[in-house]
Amino acid sequence: MKINFRKVAIDYLGLIVALIVLIVVFSFLTRYFFSETTFLTIANQIPSAVLIATGITYILIIAEIDLSVGSVLGFCGAVLGVGLVNFKLPPFVAICLAIVAGLLCGFLNGIVSLKWRLPSFIVTLGMLEMARGGAHALTGSQTQYLGDKLDFVAGTSVFGLSVPFIVALAIVGLSQFVLSKTVFGRYIIAIGTNEEAVRLSGINPKPIKLAVFMLSGFLVSLAAIIDTSRFNSANPNAGIGFELQAIAAAVIGGTSLMGGRGSVISTFLGVLIIAVLNSGLAALGLRDEIKRLITGAVIITAVIVDYYRIRIKVNQK
Amino acid sequence: MTGDNVLLKIENIHKSYAAPAVCDVSLEIRKAEVHAVVGENGAGKSTLCRIIAGVVKPDSGRMFLNNLLYQPLNKRDAERNGVRMVMQELNVIPTLTVAENIFFTDLPNRFGVIDQKLLYENSVKLLNQVGLDNIAPDTPVSNLSIAQQQLVEIAAGLSKNCTLLILDEPTASLTESESETLFKQVEKLKSAGTAIIYVSHRLEEVMKISDTITVLRDGRLVSTKRAGDYTINEIIRLMVGRELEDLPHKKQTVSQKILMRVEGITTRTGVKEVSFELKEGEVLGFAGLMGSGRTELMRAIFGADRRESGNIFLRGSDKPVAINSPKDAVEHGIAMLPENRKEQGLFLPLSLKINITITNLKMFCIIRGLIRQREEVHIAEQWRRTLSIKSNSIEQTVRELSGGNQQKVLLARWLLKNCDILIMDEPTRGIDVGAKFEIYKLVSELAEQGKGVIFVSSDLKELFTVCDRIAVMSSGKLAATFKRGEWTQDRIMAAAVSGYLKESKPAN
Repeated sequence: MKINFRKVAIDYLGLIVALIVLIVVFSFLTRYFFSETTFLTIANQIPSAVLIATGITYILIIAEIDLSVGSVLGFCGAVLGVGLVNFKLPPFVAICLAIVAGLLCGFLNGIVSLKWRLPSFIVTLGMLEMARGGAHALTGSQTQYLGDKLDFVAGTSVFGLSVPFIVALAIVGLSQFVLSKTVFGRYIIAIGTNEEAVRLSGINPKPIKLAVFMLSGFLVSLAAIIDTSRFNSANPNAGIGFELQAIAAAVIGGTSLMGGRGSVISTFLGVLIIAVLNSGLAALGLRDEIKRLITGAVIITAVIVDYYRIRIKVNQK
Repeated sequence: MTGDNVLLKIENIHKSYAAPAVCDVSLEIRKAEVHAVVGENGAGKSTLCRIIAGVVKPDSGRMFLNNLLYQPLNKRDAERNGVRMVMQELNVIPTLTVAENIFFTDLPNRFGVIDQKLLYENSVKLLNQVGLDNIAPDTPVSNLSIAQQQLVEIAAGLSKNCTLLILDEPTASLTESESETLFKQVEKLKSAGTAIIYVSHRLEEVMKISDTITVLRDGRLVSTKRAGDYTINEIIRLMVGRELEDLPHKKQTVSQKILMRVEGITTRTGVKEVSFELKEGEVLGFAGLMGSGRTELMRAIFGADRRESGNIFLRGSDKPVAINSPKDAVEHGIAMLPENRKEQGLFLPLSLKINITITNLKMFCIIRGLIRQREEVHIAEQWRRTLSIKSNSIEQTVRELSGGNQQKVLLARWLLKNCDILIMDEPTRGIDVGAKFEIYKLVSELAEQGKGVIFVSSDLKELFTVCDRIAVMSSGKLAATFKRGEWTQDRIMAAAVSGYLKESKPAN
């Protein structure tokens, strides 16, 4: 297969350069940053963020939004934890139940906003509250400790990389493939660009949009399983604020909030940039409030850079 | 003869967009007169009004208001000079009250806090002037009828000094009794000394309320005289002009087989009981004035809007087909090129290829859902050549293409899907002449292949060129259908206005 290097360069080069610059800068500023431990820590931390941001990328491409991902993560974790601890379910069954919970939340988000033509902003904001409420109701607001019941998920590693990290990478690759090579992906991009034109082309956009909402729910449930396993516990407050992180990652990666434009690989690079920034700033020993200040500035800068990148791309033609 | 009675004098006004919209128009508007401006769609009425109201700047020409040079910089500047325009589409803010809408640009206030009492009192005065004395100024505008909202806009127009009021198609959405109310107020304003420019295609009401009538055609002024010196037929003749001859026509390709029969279609969007037939190899034109229900009819047939009643029969079957969505229509071989290709048809930032293949991606898949890129590129490239779409490559975004080539992209989309009933809604709007003729040629070729084409257009010349029959819609109804040889511009225009006349006369 021939790869168009110029296109790859325009699409990803900026993000890769930014990532390398960050790593180099932090490596010079602190002695502890450039080490295997740092990168393994990052690799262990990010799988759930990568999965959630992948779902969000799809959601943003169809010009919708899903604010409920953080709470749904908490809810799915609660289902898993309560299933394992209180009902003594076999891990496989509990995992399946958690996935069903995620799919169900996505289904509700989609069906309600499509059926009544409500903005997904409002519907998923409602789901944000409901899923968090559900997580607390299930666990009685108590963190469920699992012991080693789920160790096989996050504990196993291949070539030093954890299984969740490999799964996350595989899903990024698969999602990008679906987006650029399949009918479903084509429809998604077309819907985000001009939904009415899709409808008048004789294609019903609603089932496709519903599928995207459910996909987001599914990926969130996978993230919940990974995080629950990583912490050996299901905390009803897990995932607070994840929705904003995921949107930030997608936006840094150049996904348009207006729909029709986005790339899962770019989002993945966006997640990496945020993760490197966070651990780099931590290695510098900066206080949390300063870290957040800088992270916020980086997000806004990324969007401004993206604005010029698009203009250059348009002007080249 | 006019003397200092003249309020606004227009000299040699000229304005071009892609094509000239207003050419060399000179006109005098007198004080305290109702001056009607009539003409076909695209004759330049709205552009002329917009120039006078300061919304659009003329390319050349001068205007004098009260013998002083008048060059409005923008709408606000025109309003400062007492010239106000009530736009075709309503401009009220439905959530605010009547009073707030009237004084929206100039709310009486003290340090930013609205002076409710003053606002209320001033509004009462103005509402009386436009005959809305039974409306409380604190009523939300959304509670009013369309006519009342229109009157609120007029009241807003009068809220400050107003010597010239321009009404662009004010009755387009009004019922008869609502129009009557409006006319009474126009009469009242006139006797108070305001001049009124009145744009409408309802000739009967124009004859009734105006003092002077000006007829525009293709951007030029063809006649201006006292209303009493015209007859309705004369105005129609002046609107269409006589010099046009039929252009050479396509081959005779109409078969006897009926491709589609439409029966009694009525919609909530204003289509009333429309029935017609489309034969194989036939190009059926749809003429009519703006708002006559042509687009609405097409959208209903295509399933884009819901039908209240009516059936569609395909290919000689006597069982109606169920078309409840564009998806159903496409599955039955019906395609539509929408009226507004940029907003409803194209994916502007995406490539030619994606725009063409979207309707039939399945044909590129061996494994379900997986697009074989090479096939797709090949087919898209093939259509680019067949329809000679001028572009760098199939990867070029369609935003960068000209209107004619964009339309061809949409056509390719449907031909790829192999639809045999093609509905084209204003396919040549905003397209240059050369590209228009290519579209006509393509339409003829499609008919030769036995496809049925419905061609909606406001341009009679092109309907005469491409069609075998022309159906004329008026006020939501099918007013008349003419075969080639039977039609003349006068007959079509008469049919097109027939639904707006009080006693619907048969068109001939």
